Amino acid sequence: MSNYKPIGGKLLTKPFIVMMALAGIAGILLLQRFLFGLGAVTNLSDGYPWGLWIVYDVLTGTTIACGGYAMALLVYVLNKGKYHPLVRAALMTSMFGYTLAGISIFIDVGRYWQIYNILLPKYVNLNSIMFEVAFCVTTYILVLWMEFTPVFLEKWATPKAKAKMEKIIFIFIAFGVLLPTMHQSSLGTLMVIAGDKLAALWQTGWLPITFLLSALVIGFGMVIFESYYSSVAFKRPLETHLLSKMSKFIGGVLVLYIIFRYGDLIWRGALKDAFAGDVNGWMFIIETILFIIPLIILFKEKLRNNAQYLFWAGVSMVLAGAILRFNTYLVGFSPGPGWHYFPSVSEILITLGIISAEIMAYLVFVKKLPVLPVIEHN
Amino acid sequence: MIKSKDKNGSQIDKHYTEQLKERGISRSDFIKFCSVAVATMSMPLSFAAKVAKSITDPARPPVIWLHFQECTGCTETLLRATHPTVDNLVLDMISLDYSETLCAAAGHQVEDALHKSVKANKGKFILVVEGSVPLAEDGIYCKIGGKSALDIIKEIGPQAAATVSIGSCASWGGVQSTYPNPTQATGIGDVYKMNNIKTPVINLPGCPPSPYNLLSTVLYYLTLKKLPKLDKLGRPKFAYSTLVHENCERRPHFDAGRFAEKYGDENHRQGHCLYKIGCKGPETYANCPSINFCDVNTWPVSVGHPCFGCAEQGVGFAKPLHEQADVKLVTPPAGFPNINEEKPGGVTIGAAAVAGVVAGAAITASVATAKKIGETEA
Amino acid sequence: MNIDRKQFFKVLAAGTVATSGVSTLFARERKLLPKNAVGILYDATLCIGCKSCEVECKKVNGMSGVFDTKLEQSHNVSGIWDGGNDLDSKTLNKIKMYRNGTSSTKDKETNGYAFIKRACMHCIDPNCVSACPVTALTKDPITGIVQYDKGACIGCRYCQVACPFNIPKFEFDKALPEIVKCEMCKHQLDKGGIPGCCDVCPTGASLFGPVEKLMKEARRRIKAQPGTKYRYPVSSLESGETQTHTVQKYISYIYGEKETGGTQYLILSAVPYEKLGLLKLPEKSAASTSEKIQHTAYKGMIAPVVLLGGLLYAAHRSTKQDSTE
Repeated sequence: MSNYKPIGGKLLTKPFIVMMALAGIAGILLLQRFLFGLGAVTNLSDGYPWGLWIVYDVLTGTTIACGGYAMALLVYVLNKGKYHPLVRAALMTSMFGYTLAGISIFIDVGRYWQIYNILLPKYVNLNSIMFEVAFCVTTYILVLWMEFTPVFLEKWATPKAKAKMEKIIFIFIAFGVLLPTMHQSSLGTLMVIAGDKLAALWQTGWLPITFLLSALVIGFGMVIFESYYSSVAFKRPLETHLLSKMSKFIGGVLVLYIIFRYGDLIWRGALKDAFAGDVNGWMFIIETILFIIPLIILFKEKLRNNAQYLFWAGVSMVLAGAILRFNTYLVGFSPGPGWHYFPSVSEILITLGIISAEIMAYLVFVKKLPVLPVIEHN
Repeated sequence: MIKSKDKNGSQIDKHYTEQLKERGISRSDFIKFCSVAVATMSMPLSFAAKVAKSITDPARPPVIWLHFQECTGCTETLLRATHPTVDNLVLDMISLDYSETLCAAAGHQVEDALHKSVKANKGKFILVVEGSVPLAEDGIYCKIGGKSALDIIKEIGPQAAATVSIGSCASWGGVQSTYPNPTQATGIGDVYKMNNIKTPVINLPGCPPSPYNLLSTVLYYLTLKKLPKLDKLGRPKFAYSTLVHENCERRPHFDAGRFAEKYGDENHRQGHCLYKIGCKGPETYANCPSINFCDVNTWPVSVGHPCFGCAEQGVGFAKPLHEQADVKLVTPPAGFPNINEEKPGGVTIGAAAVAGVVAGAAITASVATAKKIGETEA
Repeated sequence: MNIDRKQFFKVLAAGTVATSGVSTLFARERKLLPKNAVGILYDATLCIGCKSCEVECKKVNGMSGVFDTKLEQSHNVSGIWDGGNDLDSKTLNKIKMYRNGTSSTKDKETNGYAFIKRACMHCIDPNCVSACPVTALTKDPITGIVQYDKGACIGCRYCQVACPFNIPKFEFDKALPEIVKCEMCKHQLDKGGIPGCCDVCPTGASLFGPVEKLMKEARRRIKAQPGTKYRYPVSSLESGETQTHTVQKYISYIYGEKETGGTQYLILSAVPYEKLGLLKLPEKSAASTSEKIQHTAYKGMIAPVVLLGGLLYAAHRSTKQDSTE
């Protein structure tokens, strides 16, 4: 009945053990963080209160996890049922991405023991973008797990329970599209309040739009990347036929993004800063190039039907979105002269540990649960 | 002449030592005096030997001491220099040919002595002036032996080798020059300038000035046959280059923000800074806190009275006693952080290396995946 | 199926656009000064750099000195009151020094020096208050003091990102950290006192009082003839105590009058404000822009609800289709 099944195979492979070690190191460093404070393991300062964890683990992490959002939008809202085989894996990456982002926030906030305050009505501040983001992300994590329940039910429950769940799952799917639309845009709005501390190349009232569109771009990029990666890693057939058809839609989103992003820059006259020759300028140019590469590949039929090109387009999209986030939150952010930030070794190791944990969870799920589609032998 | 060598290697005329003995001054007391004088001049201790030698030189330079509009406080303070009979010593050491206060003779007899000495020592004698010169009404406000102070100084001034203006009156007019200055009291330096007298002037302002500043100036001249380095107001730099504030024993209280609010309050009794009740130390240049007065280690501030700036033109006798001083100079300036201070948090070699390894691994993995995709596709 | 598709796309697009707050980029109305707002007027020309404000601040707020082994050994003391080069989690106010060339004359831009006291500006329209997701930072409706409630704070440090003056500080060195910022000694005000820094300032460089009166006082000073004597109130406008000082040539602008919507901490100086590290800031706070975007997108929750309706319909139809396929 199901179109998905576990791929099986040995769990404790060599890479898996390496990742376990990385996660272990991160665990020890985390102990240090909780015992001696954030300053003990991070390079964070009063000037740069947000560092690698927020920008990578939370921002980029949730955006990379937008595969589920992008696919849900495509499959359920735009009713492109043919992409259905890609949905579950994407959904699962989203689930892990968001869950780990939630954990990262818990690690990053200073007064984690009262983090539930954010959900208490007496403390609500409707003016705070952060409140909206936190509220949406928390809800979305729950929604993602609910969306994913059919996978668990398929494995462990009766078909009847699964059928019941499938009847109401559309509610979760709808929320699963609404919530990311809200918070992925708000993740952009978040920096509007930084005012002049954020360089003109990134500071704009259009941040919510560019962040939302680029989240979709990353999301699709991640679907491409992940699909190819699992094909290669688990020796499964490539899904180029599906991915290349999808790319038309992605291309549209990309074009929309570029119109908003660069139209705004030209309108504000901030584009000249790109050629200032400083770090900001160069990072902006890199960001731009990474957005243009996939645009070229996706709009040339010959290129997009080529698996390797399509793969690189996916990688480039993910990187472009990630760099946009790093630029907006770290590179282009300057609290004033004298302040510096570069993540400390411990910070990087903890992030690596979290990524390892995510990949390990992915492997466990893929091998033990019906996530990937059944291979159709031609 | 038999010369004896002392510990410092200084050679003192044997005959002179005997003379000292007759006066009840031991050799060690004499050397001690020389050392004090040297310290006041901010010279190395070895310089004491040279000073001792100059003092014992039988050819004593003649000194003429004139009194104009003044209170004789400067002479009084000199007489109260309480190192063993220093007053006598110096008066013997130099040849004080004329001093209205100290001369035993009086009237025509002493006026004769003055004119004889001036004539005999033309261009060689040191002229010490105490008191200001009144210019109003042709100087009728101060007359000695039927001559106005202005006439006397015009006559004797040009013939002196150097002029020492002792006290604030002689330096810049002092208390008499306070607004509205009815006698038009003027300092010696200005009188010289007006009358085109080229004799160098050394100002030793203060009300009274420390006697050791005079002794040191005279000894400096005797020893090196030149005038000490002067600041732009003609004051010896060794005595007047620092603000009273800088060496004040209450300074730590200023730096810590502990102020006496009024006389006799708890802070005043605790010995806190007197700035708030009008201490002019921060705008007055003098060495009072370093050498104190009367050899019992006291000076106004140490007994609880704010410095009133007697040595500074425009401060003493000009500003209200309890008006706050304008802090002229902030020392040490290093005690204040810059507007933009460098903060830690920059990139470290370790962090850069780890970040590099991670980026490298990601690129390698992507390239490897792309390669495999190519293989699979083919 | 195709009949609805276009329509759906329209709904989706409209919802998305509205949700993301495109409809306007203009900031909301400027906030007004609370009726009994209190503030501090810092006159840099009066400051003598004695740092009594720094010492008193720590005393009154029960904060420790800076413990720096090297410094302590060299001075043979423990815990230095004025240690640290900037505001930090142990320092609520800081006297900094502008130096140029020979640094010989006070309040001169070239070859001169000047002091500046940095502390919370107590904005009329504070970004930090707008940013805080749990209302840990609030603006007192009466005094206008921007205050902190550690019971609410989750330590997300968004206030630090939002503050244009980098004022809120976080205890990165503590396992159970708090945000630290100047609260204008509100515990002193409750007892009828005034902020510690103003209380001890010997010259009146830090002057406490109602913001509007302080503003008038500042304007008077700017208008006064440079070089003349002026009776400067000391500690607070109501203290009755004055000190006479010579009027310097003020920059004819009060810093804090308009910056980021105006502040309750006002600054006067004879040296250009940028030299003292006081940035040129827009007259409207960044909070007013971000709030406007947010409230336009979520006005009455209409956009999200419409979008959700459309999504529910679409998802329902698609899943039904799936199960029948």
